Amino acid sequence: MKRFIGFIKKEYYHIFRDKRSLFILFGMPIAQIMLFGFAITNEINNVDIAILDHSKDVDTKEIIHKISASKYFSIDQLIEKESDIETIFKKGKVKAVLNFEKDFGKNLIKDGEATIQIITDATDPNTANTISNYVNAILAQYQKELNKDVTIAYQITPRTRMVYNPELKSVYMFVPGVMTIILMLVSAMMTSISITREKELGTMEILLVSPLKPFQVIVGKVFPYIFLSIINAVVIVLLSIFIFKMPVQGSLFLLALESILFIISALALGILISTISATQQTAMMISLMGLMLPVILLSGFIFPISSMPLPLQLISNIIPAKWFIIIIKGIMLKGVGFQFIWKETLILVGMTVFFIGLSVKKYKIRLE
Amino acid sequence: MSNDHVIKVEGLTKMFGDFTAVNAITFEVEKGEIFGFLGANGAGKTTAMKMLIGISTPTSGKANVAGFDVFTNAEDIKKNIGYMSQKFALYDDLTVKENITFFGGIYGLSRKEIKEKSAVLIEELELEKAANKLVGSLPLGWKQKLSFSVSLLHDPKIVFLDEPTGGVDPITRRQFWEMIYKAANQGTTVFVTTHYMDEAEYCDRVSIMVNGTIEALDTPKKLKERFKTDTMNDVFLKLARG
Repeated sequence: MKRFIGFIKKEYYHIFRDKRSLFILFGMPIAQIMLFGFAITNEINNVDIAILDHSKDVDTKEIIHKISASKYFSIDQLIEKESDIETIFKKGKVKAVLNFEKDFGKNLIKDGEATIQIITDATDPNTANTISNYVNAILAQYQKELNKDVTIAYQITPRTRMVYNPELKSVYMFVPGVMTIILMLVSAMMTSISITREKELGTMEILLVSPLKPFQVIVGKVFPYIFLSIINAVVIVLLSIFIFKMPVQGSLFLLALESILFIISALALGILISTISATQQTAMMISLMGLMLPVILLSGFIFPISSMPLPLQLISNIIPAKWFIIIIKGIMLKGVGFQFIWKETLILVGMTVFFIGLSVKKYKIRLE
Repeated sequence: MSNDHVIKVEGLTKMFGDFTAVNAITFEVEKGEIFGFLGANGAGKTTAMKMLIGISTPTSGKANVAGFDVFTNAEDIKKNIGYMSQKFALYDDLTVKENITFFGGIYGLSRKEIKEKSAVLIEELELEKAANKLVGSLPLGWKQKLSFSVSLLHDPKIVFLDEPTGGVDPITRRQFWEMIYKAANQGTTVFVTTHYMDEAEYCDRVSIMVNGTIEALDTPKKLKERFKTDTMNDVFLKLARG
């Protein structure tokens, strides 16, 4: 036990004397959560639009007023002719143009139908889509007001309710994802680097010649990172609660247990990587390409798994991060208890056991 | 087996697939001896050494180190030997004292022992001023002397040195060998591999490995007589070229 404490003390010296690893350990989680929370967002706010009003009647004025009154849009300019549309799009500031046809109001009353063209800058398809949806919603609202007094015989009114994240805040989606990335990064990449560093420096040989058993060496190397990863998880949850006002609906205890499980599976992956790589650079490349990319692309963190082609959907099943994201989304956003996530937990436990088994086996082979 | 033999090897063999890295080597090392283990690169000396220090299991043969069998008691061997690898192997980002404390700790020395020993060690190496400096800031020669002292910290019966003086200036090498002599005089057996043939002259006995087998084993003086040359360098060249 005393040997073990000495070993851990040594690991802390390594970590706290290396500014780079300190930055990755503590700077990165905070920077990432801030970036994802504030900068990278799917919501639209104060999008600049332009109006081309060929009609200039009561109805178009009312619609324009409604649009400019919403917090989603601000009217950048009014243009006069069709040829201006191209010009202002090219400048890039205006993201959409609303083009009211001539005699909009008259047509509306006479034929019961009038046309408005919504032209969006689809260089960013997501934003373009959102803009067009929002404008449609405002138009539908106006239509409803016009029809107040008229009874329509049959009408289907969809009432959409967004549950678990009623305001559709994208930060709610990013927090579980960022937490997954950070835990993966710290646990897998940092441990694989720190173990391969000992190999590179030749100190691993000295440790293996010492009376320490190989598993003691590995546990000693890994233990500090379990502790630091837990601190990171706590920091991320605190930031999301206090800065982004993201509620944690479920049990914090369950969240902690599941996080520790994921940390251990990532650590096992880190050990596995360190057994197959000879240098720190290799370990880092394998961690980045082999772990980070799949976590970002295939875990359902950014791109929904259900819309992926079947082969990718199948591959996503072997990524531990996918299951962890399902689990923590369940706990944080839906407030579910263990009975709803036991399957995912079991899968994660299975993967962890598999990775540990594999790395122990690889490690033994390497000793030969 | 006589009690004076701290290393006793008989027909020790290591195969990697079809390749025989070490081919049935047999030798004995006496207590307090400085035993030079020579050979060209790839001759199999590092592999042989790894089997003796318990981190590589032999394919066949017998080997007894510090009274323990390498097949069945590798863990006991580890407690009784010191090891210094050809790569400098202390932690650069730990201070001199922290390194000593760490390595003393993993060999199970008590806090009091570590304190006493590190005081003696730092004084002997004249490292008083650098005791709290990071090892990374010391010159290579000092690092290597420190590394050697650290490998002796737990009073091992045998110390294995794998090309300990690579890349060091002649003066430091000289001082290093003085340390080796001192350790041997205090009863520690020294098992050393080296490239430098002048260093081979300092050894009590020398074995020369060629392609996995020991081609010659004797005192430097007798080897030179046998091959009718003046230097170990010529002995080595004659053997290695066959």
